[in-house]
Amino acid sequence: MNAFWLVMLAVGLLTFLTRLSFILLQERWQPPAIVTRGLRFVPVAVLTAIFVPEILLVENQLALSFTNMRLLAGLVAIIVAYKTKSALWTIAVGMGAFWLLTLLI
Amino acid sequence: MAKKDRTIARKEFWMGVRAELPILLGVTPFGMIYGVLALSAGLTPLQSQAMSSVVFAGSSQFMLVQLVNLGTPALIMIATAFVINLRHALYSLSVAPYLQGLSPLWKVLLSYLLTDEAYAVGIMRLQHQERSQDKHWYLLGAGIALWSCWQLSTAAGIFLGAQVPPGWGLDFTLALTFIALAVPAINDNPSLFAAIVAGITSILTRGLPYKLNLIAAAIAGITVGLWRDRK
Repeated sequence: MNAFWLVMLAVGLLTFLTRLSFILLQERWQPPAIVTRGLRFVPVAVLTAIFVPEILLVENQLALSFTNMRLLAGLVAIIVAYKTKSALWTIAVGMGAFWLLTLLI
Repeated sequence: MAKKDRTIARKEFWMGVRAELPILLGVTPFGMIYGVLALSAGLTPLQSQAMSSVVFAGSSQFMLVQLVNLGTPALIMIATAFVINLRHALYSLSVAPYLQGLSPLWKVLLSYLLTDEAYAVGIMRLQHQERSQDKHWYLLGAGIALWSCWQLSTAAGIFLGAQVPPGWGLDFTLALTFIALAVPAINDNPSLFAAIVAGITSILTRGLPYKLNLIAAAIAGITVGLWRDRK
């Protein structure tokens, strides 16, 4: 397990450098205009790409069914997020829906 | 003048902390689950806790813990975690224009704190049209709030161990957290298209190794967003 310390340090350093990369480069290099215009889509694109598999996949297979509680509760959460724009309500109602569905189904 | 500046900075900082707070509701269970899994994978409590501040990136911490359990060679673990974290380069590119002219110390600090959740909250403020010289304080506030929560929830997971009931589906809070961050960021037709295409691409390319489907989805979503923007 001692070797794991080295893995951890290497990953920590690489993660930090990835996060620092363009922030540091900024003074010397500016991305082309098309990249700059595309950046406003980074949050929606990446965040959606992260959560969609979490609610649509069960054991890496598409699970488009009414027995997929994550999908149902996720859809409830999407509606709440859209209507309220509140993270608190989204997470609380989504989790409540998930538990309720687990009890019912 | 200097005094007034500090007041604004402090206000921005606390605004950032406050904006991050609701997100922590979803992050806390996730941090606890990480702590539990790290211990059961055979890491010492110290290693489990240290990873949350040394790596400080939830998805790659989960992946590392799984790989340790499987006895994966060190270089593969490092490469895997590196590729999983590549999306942070997009965040870096995205916040860079707003951090121009800051001291190296600021850049190092804000880079260290640039997680999914702090970025998603912070970029909304950075992109907001309201003018302020101190928006980096907002990003700092959001980042520190998340960092503290991640350390504490990791510790709670390590402390509680197997007492965290797996049947509660607490890992679902991760999906909910990202829904809470993504959906309000959809504010026009191009961003809606970007989200839909990114979501579909992420599913279609799920067979790619190292979670490269996230990068494929990001590129597809951004491209379609740009295309809709031109219309």
